[in-house]
Amino acid sequence: MIAIVDYGVGNLFSLASSVKSLGLEVIITRDAAELRAADHILLPGVGAFADAMDKLTATGLVPVLKEETRHTPLLGICLGMQLLFDKSYEFGEHEGLGLIPGQVCPLAEDLTDPALKVPHIGWNALDITRPDDPLFRYVQNGEYVYYVHSFYAKDCAASTLATSEYSIPVTGAVRQGLVYGTQFHPEKSGDTGLRLLKAFAEL
Amino acid sequence: MITKRIIPCLDVKNGRVVKGVNFEGLQDMADPVEMARWYNESGADELVFYDITASVEDRGLFTDILRQVASQIFIPLTVGGGIGTLEDFDRVLKCGADKVSVNSGAIRNPGIISAAAQKYGSQCVVLSADIKRVDGKFMLFAKGGRENTGIEALDWLAKGVQNGAGELVVNSIDTDGVKQGFDLELLDAVAARCAVPIIASGGAGCMEDFKELFLNHPAVDAGLAASIFHTRQVDIRDLKRFLRQNGVEMRI
Repeated sequence: MIAIVDYGVGNLFSLASSVKSLGLEVIITRDAAELRAADHILLPGVGAFADAMDKLTATGLVPVLKEETRHTPLLGICLGMQLLFDKSYEFGEHEGLGLIPGQVCPLAEDLTDPALKVPHIGWNALDITRPDDPLFRYVQNGEYVYYVHSFYAKDCAASTLATSEYSIPVTGAVRQGLVYGTQFHPEKSGDTGLRLLKAFAEL
Repeated sequence: MITKRIIPCLDVKNGRVVKGVNFEGLQDMADPVEMARWYNESGADELVFYDITASVEDRGLFTDILRQVASQIFIPLTVGGGIGTLEDFDRVLKCGADKVSVNSGAIRNPGIISAAAQKYGSQCVVLSADIKRVDGKFMLFAKGGRENTGIEALDWLAKGVQNGAGELVVNSIDTDGVKQGFDLELLDAVAARCAVPIIASGGAGCMEDFKELFLNHPAVDAGLAASIFHTRQVDIRDLKRFLRQNGVEMRI
């Protein structure tokens, strides 16, 4: 059973559908017992960091998630990945879950090509730095994934699994122990994304 | 590097895709779910659905279709047509849309752009505008391009971006249906004023039109078309291969 954490941020229909399309059972929940019973946990998220972190904290699930990640694989997606880090500088300075060392910063300040637009919206190729990681069991270097974001994780070289080039290498996928994250949306990345979710579900 | 995007647009009326539908080899040539599946397999980077029905009953039919598409096809979906309130945003987002496109709804109520951007994020809000030259000026048109609003289109789009629109669909009425190429002059003028992704719409007739668009107008991010894709006058897979051979970054 894969549990999707429901903390009132974003639309979970596509994510749940993509997991179901792989023939896997999925539950959308904010119940601690159900999260503890899950084999895998997905932490989604869209919108602003501070708002999402406040909502997640309000569910009381933060300690449960921290505890579960010791033995259950967790995948944070998009803003859900950003929440895994120590802190974010999106409209102020905000503390994250601190599960992966690093920080989330504005993309606009670091891009070196002024013609590039923010948000970084669209399909970008994966430069996989850790091809032997099981997350990429079914995904090849250079496959395209779908991004939509204005902030990105940095100072996290030790946990980076893949990047995508946008005048700078933008952090695309990370891992620290059983805690995984993707800045891109696997549930919107066509067949490539489904294969990545399948590999995650097999961890 | 980020790719340019090729986006087919499906106009849905009474549960059926209308406008230039002439498929071969499909059992139901105007079934939106079937078409969406076919486009997904053909390499479309994103799909746009326009609800061109009017009645409440048909609107329910449209959201059913949207839900079916979103449960089977895992690429970005943009939905437009009859969007004027936050309730409209909510209704289509819950059915699996990723982005919502506003056009006439924003002309009637410009506040919808900032309200939606605040609630759902800019990445979710697509401002679509029908634009036509009148006395040498780009003017914003309403009611499917029938009525001149008297608003200058470039100002309108720039203000929309300021208010939180995360992407622009620029429909040129002058080139739409003519199949002589995109309205490059208009697109350049928009790009000079707006720094968000720009989707070009109206005028594509052949693969060369997309090559000209992307190679010589790099500020344009995506090309949208309906009938040339529906009729397979241009095959998306062939188009993407052709563009990549010509140096345009494409997801293949």
